[in-house]
Amino acid sequence: MKVLVPVKRVIDYNVKVRVKADGSGVDLANVKMSMNPFDEIAVEQAIRLKEAGKADEVIAVSVGVKQAQETLRTALAMGADRAILVIAAEDVHTDIEPLTVAKILKGIVDEEQPGLVLCGKQAIDNDMNATGQMLSALLGWSQATFASEVDIDGDSATVTREVDGGLQTIKVKMPTVVTVDLRLNEPRYASLPNIMKAKKKPLDEKSAADYGVDPAPRLEIVSTVEPAARAAGIKVGSVDELLEKLKEAGAV
Amino acid sequence: MAVLLLAEVTDGELAMDATAKAVTACASLGDVTVLCTGATCADAAAQAATISGVGKVLCAEDAIYGKRLAEPVADLIVSLSGDYEHIVAPATTDAKNIMPRVAALLDVMVMSDVTAVVDGSTFERPIYAGNAMQTVKSSDAKKVITFRGSTFDAAETGGNASVENIGAAGDPGLSSWVEDKVAASDRPELTSAGVVVSGGRGVGSEDDFKIIEALADKLNAAVGASRAAVDSGYAPNDWQVGQTGKVVAPNLYVAVGISGAIQHLAGMKDSKVIVAINKDEEAPIFQVADFGLVADLFDAVPELTSKL
Ligand SMILES: Cc1cc2nc3c(=O)[nH]c(=O)nc-3n(C[C@H](O)[C@H](O)[C@H](O)COP(=O)(O)OP(=O)(O)OC[C@H]3O[C@@H](n4cnc5c(N)ncnc54)[C@H](O)[C@@H]3O)c2cc1C
Ligand SMILES: Cc1cc2nc3c(=O)[nH]c(=O)nc-3n(C[C@H](O)[C@H](O)[C@H](O)COP(=O)(O)OP(=O)(O)OC[C@H]3O[C@@H](n4cnc5c(N)ncnc54)[C@H](O)[C@@H]3O)c2cc1C
Repeated sequence: MKVLVPVKRVIDYNVKVRVKADGSGVDLANVKMSMNPFDEIAVEQAIRLKEAGKADEVIAVSVGVKQAQETLRTALAMGADRAILVIAAEDVHTDIEPLTVAKILKGIVDEEQPGLVLCGKQAIDNDMNATGQMLSALLGWSQATFASEVDIDGDSATVTREVDGGLQTIKVKMPTVVTVDLRLNEPRYASLPNIMKAKKKPLDEKSAADYGVDPAPRLEIVSTVEPAARAAGIKVGSVDELLEKLKEAGAV
Repeated sequence: MAVLLLAEVTDGELAMDATAKAVTACASLGDVTVLCTGATCADAAAQAATISGVGKVLCAEDAIYGKRLAEPVADLIVSLSGDYEHIVAPATTDAKNIMPRVAALLDVMVMSDVTAVVDGSTFERPIYAGNAMQTVKSSDAKKVITFRGSTFDAAETGGNASVENIGAAGDPGLSSWVEDKVAASDRPELTSAGVVVSGGRGVGSEDDFKIIEALADKLNAAVGASRAAVDSGYAPNDWQVGQTGKVVAPNLYVAVGISGAIQHLAGMKDSKVIVAINKDEEAPIFQVADFGLVADLFDAVPELTSKL
């Protein structure tokens, strides 16, 4: 079985984001970019499936700008076998909508015929939480979102999902799309020899047109603004003072 | 113009607060029809019919909807979609599982976690863990939206909408339910509680989390946790507050032993009054706290609990 892992290049989660003065989005020039943290977990899970003999090949895919090569090299250094980069934008500020990404991924699935697609549950830039579900819909496959445990057994997978009420376990038919949550595993760091080896692993470059997908967005960005800031608060010196202030504020 | 709203129904029970907030959110978009699904859902439908602003309730009772598996519920919504321009739901994990699937089947984009409606096609939503607010305009014929509950007040009850039973849309047979692990609790539900007390890594152990729970019970509060506390096994996953957990905006939020990482702030910074108790006076949580107490939590929290 082949496993396909879509990975997104996003602003590093430690970076404080700044909104661009013209309101067109967030400033991404000269900002540290990394692999979306959820996608690291997805790559890790795919590699573990291969190590357990349940997968033969792990293919990492990214849709976006040329610079996403770096993200794919990270996936290869972790242990993915090969990578596909679909260039769908020139400017690093252009984000590709989940519907477009899902359509391109469907094209890749049709070609590669993987038995499993492992996505992140959400990308930490746009927090849309949509791509995996959309891909599953376009393929007519089953879906298992927000996974914290995945057990593949022949033609079905048992997946435990993190939901509002606690945990839900479902069984899905293979092939399937799984989106992974934070507690599924702890992703490994790539070792230096593996980083060197990754440079020689195959990385194919494609374009959105190769899959017959028009990347034009459905959502137009009208404005992007900083959220309203909270008024500065005060420090209190004791529990008694805290209680007094809370009573004054009508909070207790 | 008409709106189809997927009600939050779990095991036959309507989540009134989440559903009524979504009714407020979409009221300006057109006549609201609420869809209830479940193995049993007549009671939920009857209750949804009392929410003011609801024009009609559709009740789809069938075993295949019992656990709200995404594939059959999405197919049902798509089969009903012809009559509606907006298809909406509260931004719960259930809806976030289902609605993007609906959108893709309709070949439209989804808009997740919308916090404000500008007009019928223009919506505001947070990006980058709430560090920026973006207004987007959709060019799609149908708009598929989930609304973030913490920014809308629940619609009042007192309405009397008609309830219509509808048939199932068929079972694609792609997935099945195995089990739920849900901890029963007498505490208020996290996303609708008026007061939330959250503990972080500073609490140190599952056992010591009882200090947090005792304060919460004194305040009739829900209990929350940081990701570090959940990852360390001090608290269950459904208590996590933040970018990838729940988003809350109670009247009072008490953060204990939590440093205030942006991913945590994303889930609570719209709370009305924020209290932080942390022994490190440099902790970023103090930047958003109305009242900050620099103290050891093992002294301050029991003292606070006993004096309330
Ligand atoms: C700076 C900026 C500029 C923008 N510009 C535009 C614009 O010009 N026009 C416009 O319409 N919208 C724009 N947007 C909005 C944007 O298109 C969508 O809102 C966004 O794509 C939402 O989804 P997500 O990336 O959070 O994906 P999610 O659905 O949250 O991602 C889930 C998972 O899907 C996979 N995945 C997602 N994207 C990719 C990818 N590219 N490659 C590989 N795998 C992927 C990963 O596994 C990921 O973990 C912009 C946003 C920003 C921040
Ligand atoms: C993709 C991604 C998503 C994330 N999503 C979330 C999310 O949804 N929610 C979330 O919370 N985090 C999330 N995080 C994690 C986040 O970045 C932080 O790591 C986490 O919030 C830290 O938790 P904490 O404040 O409990 O722990 P720490 O940062 O370790 O802080 C512990 C605090 O306790 C204080 N303390 C210690 N002992 C005492 C004492 N005796 N008395 C008083 N104070 C004491 C310390 O001074 C310190 O400030 C996410 C991270 C990533 C990468």
